[in-house]
Amino acid sequence: MTINTIKDLLGAEVLCGSESLGKDVHSACGSDMMSDVLAYVKDQAVLLTGLVNAQVIRTAEMMDMLCIVFVRSKKPSQDMLDLAEESGIAVMTTPMRMYDACGTLYSNGLTGSGSTNG
Amino acid sequence: MMPAELFIPTDSPEAAAPMAEALTFRYDVDGENFTSAGQASVQVKKNLRQLGFDPETIRRVSIAMYEGEINMVIHAGGGTAEVTVEDGCIEIILSDTGPGIANIEQAMQEGFSTAPDNIRSLGFGAGMGLPNMKRYTDYMHIDSVVGEGTTITMKVNY
Ligand SMILES: Nc1ncnc2c1ncn2[C@@H]1O[C@H](COP(=O)(O)OP(=O)(O)O)[C@@H](O)[C@H]1O
Ligand SMILES: [Mg+2]
Repeated sequence: MTINTIKDLLGAEVLCGSESLGKDVHSACGSDMMSDVLAYVKDQAVLLTGLVNAQVIRTAEMMDMLCIVFVRSKKPSQDMLDLAEESGIAVMTTPMRMYDACGTLYSNGLTGSGSTNG
Repeated sequence: MMPAELFIPTDSPEAAAPMAEALTFRYDVDGENFTSAGQASVQVKKNLRQLGFDPETIRRVSIAMYEGEINMVIHAGGGTAEVTVEDGCIEIILSDTGPGIANIEQAMQEGFSTAPDNIRSLGFGAGMGLPNMKRYTDYMHIDSVVGEGTTITMKVNY
């Protein structure tokens, strides 16, 4: 699934990194605990979260993620977007809640492990 | 933020074997500012990329260092970080003059945390940091004295 498809499925607004919309991603994860993301995530390219602070961007950067989706219309600060831009991470915001956003992506083939997605 | 010497000059005798001499990056980690926590780790990640390390090595070093950097900010009021690229391994030394760790064995257990609730609302404090640092590195040693501080040494082989 491309990052652009994620944007369409979630009715999301892209806040930075629109140049990577064509990139392909194979799995995603959702969490508000960056501790858990750092401990349990492996190769997931997309992070869905309701937490908004600079550590979300740095965590995604540490995990080599390609895209962050903020749920419930949350918007990061310009400083956070600058950090994401520097790291080449696409950032978007969707009005959907976490459960609905994850469910929508999952049912369209973007799983947590990437195993059913080519 | 930028280390003073990132590149070995091409006309130096070391140029043919760039890893022959250890290369060290040093950073101060500000303990007052949660927002800036992790800056040093991001910088190290960039430096290792520039030096041409493989993504898996870079990821292991930067995640371990990031967890340690966050710990220095939330538990120890800041400290210093030193990353040395040696022949065959990358060494990370994190030093602080914080409260120290009374029971290291307990601190190493998954889920053990003394972090206050406000830290959890910032996305950290799950008690996974130290175990994660151990998991991502080939060597880890904690040297800590209560009331004096903590020094954590980690090594990632490449
Ligand atoms: N640099 C440090 N100085 C003092 N205490 C520390 C330090 N690093 C870790 N600790 C102690 O070890 C515990 C476990 O650390 P960690 O596994 O990273 O979990 P967390 O940071 O989520 O609490 C911390 O809650 C804290 O009590
Ligand atoms: Mg920690």
